[in-house]
Amino acid sequence: MAPAGNAGTVRQVNKNQCQHCMPLGAIIAFRGIAGAMALVHGSQGCSTYMRLTCVNHFNEPVDIASSSLNEKQTIHGGEANLKKALDNMRRVYAPSVVGVLTTCLAETMGEDLDRIIRDYQTEQATGCPDIIAVPTPSYSGSHTEGYWAATKAVIAHYARPSGPHRCINVIVPHISPADIREIQRIFTLMGLAITLIPDYSLTLDRPFAGRYQKIPAGGTRPEEIAAMPGAPLTIQFGATCPDNLSPGLWLEQEYGVPLVTLPLPVGIEAADQLLAVLEKISGHPRPESLANERGWLLDAMADAHKHNAEGRAVIYGEPELVYALTRACTENGIAPVVIASGTRASRLASCLEPLLPGLDEQPVVLEETDFAAIEAAALRAGANIAIGHSGGKFFTERHGIPVVRTGFPVHDRVGGQRILSVGYAGTLALLDRITNTLLEQKHGSYRRLRYEETNRTEIMEGI
Amino acid sequence: METISLPPEEGACISERQNSILTAGTGRKSIHCADDSLAGSVSQRACVFCGARVVLNPVTDAVHLVHGPIGCAAYTWDIRGSLSSGSEMYRNSFSTDMKERDVVFGGEKKLAACIDEIVEKYHPPAIFVYATCVTGMIGDDIVAVCKEATRHHNTEVIPVESSGFISGNKVVGYRAAALALMRLITPKEGEQIEKTQKLNFLGEYNLSGEMWLARRYLGEMGIEINVAFTGDSTVAALKQAPGACLNLVQCTGSMHWVAQQLEKEFGTPFMDVNFFGAENTSESLRKIARFYDDPVITERTERIIERETARIRPAIERYRQKLAGKRAAIYVGGAYKAVALIRQLRELGMVIVLTGTQTGKTEEYATITSLLDAGAIVVDDTNPAEIERFLIEKKVDVMAGGVKERVLAYKLGVGFVDHNHDRKECLAGFDGAVNFAREVYISTCSPVWKYLRTPTGGA
Repeated sequence: MAPAGNAGTVRQVNKNQCQHCMPLGAIIAFRGIAGAMALVHGSQGCSTYMRLTCVNHFNEPVDIASSSLNEKQTIHGGEANLKKALDNMRRVYAPSVVGVLTTCLAETMGEDLDRIIRDYQTEQATGCPDIIAVPTPSYSGSHTEGYWAATKAVIAHYARPSGPHRCINVIVPHISPADIREIQRIFTLMGLAITLIPDYSLTLDRPFAGRYQKIPAGGTRPEEIAAMPGAPLTIQFGATCPDNLSPGLWLEQEYGVPLVTLPLPVGIEAADQLLAVLEKISGHPRPESLANERGWLLDAMADAHKHNAEGRAVIYGEPELVYALTRACTENGIAPVVIASGTRASRLASCLEPLLPGLDEQPVVLEETDFAAIEAAALRAGANIAIGHSGGKFFTERHGIPVVRTGFPVHDRVGGQRILSVGYAGTLALLDRITNTLLEQKHGSYRRLRYEETNRTEIMEGI
Repeated sequence: METISLPPEEGACISERQNSILTAGTGRKSIHCADDSLAGSVSQRACVFCGARVVLNPVTDAVHLVHGPIGCAAYTWDIRGSLSSGSEMYRNSFSTDMKERDVVFGGEKKLAACIDEIVEKYHPPAIFVYATCVTGMIGDDIVAVCKEATRHHNTEVIPVESSGFISGNKVVGYRAAALALMRLITPKEGEQIEKTQKLNFLGEYNLSGEMWLARRYLGEMGIEINVAFTGDSTVAALKQAPGACLNLVQCTGSMHWVAQQLEKEFGTPFMDVNFFGAENTSESLRKIARFYDDPVITERTERIIERETARIRPAIERYRQKLAGKRAAIYVGGAYKAVALIRQLRELGMVIVLTGTQTGKTEEYATITSLLDAGAIVVDDTNPAEIERFLIEKKVDVMAGGVKERVLAYKLGVGFVDHNHDRKECLAGFDGAVNFAREVYISTCSPVWKYLRTPTGGA
């Protein structure tokens, strides 16, 4: 799809990025694997930028190694540096899994990563960690694609033919650690055992313990991943995940594990969809606690619906979250007037298609876009609320549009790691934030607006 | 005597890093520094491109166009907290957003098209075009593209040769930025810039309005700033740089070379100044007054120093009483800042037990080491594992540094002072000295540590 911009003109320049680059998403996915650490094969700067971005969002130390390539190695190859980096990171961090992620530089140099890693492993006596290479050049996609690619690569690395068992595979898109914990809680309440991957619920949101764990405890264990082919089914919250990057589809094609694709359970419909599946699998109804949570959400939807009806939302970020937020908005009477993502490879547009005919007003849908295009579309559509990550603050500050912060990165507020949006409880928390943002805006402006409207001299036409 | 030598089984220190660490007052005197980062050491450094971008980005009305895949621009969007009194153009992040086909077939055409689009839409007085790893690797001739665009559009399109892989040391990027700046400010054939009595303030980025504060002091002395490099600067103002009679240099790492060039090209003398801390500020103002050698200026300068020192003394004294004897650690980008911080923390009665920088040079480390008490650790291009170790070993109460160090300090229950380039509080001048003391106090003496630093903390 061509870069979105003013209709009819093909824009070349990207002004104010809505996405980050591929290795960043892979780093987050590897953070969800027990004992894992990421090594970025490229210039020193790449790993430092990604650390900074993660640190600002998660408020956790996120150590990422780099092969620190310099000019000489770009000519003679980065093999020696990569091996040295592996040695040094093993010495200090002792990871049991290493994710080697390429950068634009390494890919452009044409590094034969598989061969280098094979050689390295042969050269080691014993105790070499599992090394998983994932090609993630920035020019091939955003952090969303990097996240899916790494998750798929880890599963493909460990999965083995396995006897049938009752543990369900649960594959989550890039969501907050708090959202992962909520999904785990829902499955537990339904009495279902799961292998959730990638599980960074504890590694990227650690309780204070008075010390710094170089590789924090938590994450999906390799032996659990190995057994994923024996699962009765895979639930993948990945309606927008493209087939070529889909870990769940890979498990189905390689090992015949039936794949159930669900949208992220944000909003009453998507949460109901999940609970319906879980009731069917478990064979028993939801417990009272979950039924109550659904009831509280419905109650809140009624209480807030007239306030929400004034919302004209610009929604942006990663495709899976954008799709989920759009549905949550529409079912609460909030008009999604601009729906946008910086990501290239996703099924966002086809996911949105069935929603569109039911809307009073057709939203502008922008894919592989930037904030310049989002800003222009939001202004044309008269958006009065933005829902997405902190990148939106620049244009919203300029125009006085409030931002309900969610997604990644949230670098200008605390608590990005614990923003909760999934399940009935998460949806309720999200909805309250949205409604209260609209209310705050209304209470801050309606006296002035009513005065201006009733005291102007010219007659308004076409009302 | 090797003061830091860990048995390998403890695994926290890589043996090749031994020479980058020393202990003041004992044994080895010189430190290994200004080299490439060790692969796999989890260095806190960035890259050449980052160095160039942080120096140039505060030029407010220029367009900053990153020629490369999306990441480089995304990670450095509005990276500095430099404030502007006018244009906000610099807070936008422009990228040529190279894709696979651009890498395969070359990105020059796309770069040219992006420049065309920017000129047509925004008419900026200058465009800085930053090279990145990929464009350097595939050999895009950004110099030629910029030259052609400059001619075609009759606007300054300036290449910044900042391919990340050239070095992991930001200092190399500072030079790339310096070359771009020199290209911008060197008068064209036939242009004549009149000399004035104004001064340039190099290496001042107007973080949280710090340049504005210095301008107020200088204004009161009767001295005008011609242009700051590059905080709150404009392209037009920078072009007047040769008209100054003096160049002040604050961030020496990024601007010493520029000052030397300006001296060579335009005969402008330069002097190092430092506006961090009351003592440094007073000293710097006196130094500037001496240069002008005017009894009126000298008298005004002394009046300002006396008034401001008296004004802030009670506040500083209050914080000093709370902070005396507390143990501090410093890890920052450049040596000039480390030296200033040592002095400022000392003024608050604190003990400095660790000091390190990402980009310090041998002679700068000699200065740092000479300032510290025996037993203090000095470290170049360190990493989280080493920082953790020293914070614990040295029983640090508070650390001054950047974002990556902050989260680590908090995990250990150690206070933290944000001295990064995204800070929101003015830390320069007399007012900044109070803000700084307050910042040190609110973190070092926060009530939260009482709950975190217990045997059961967090359990």
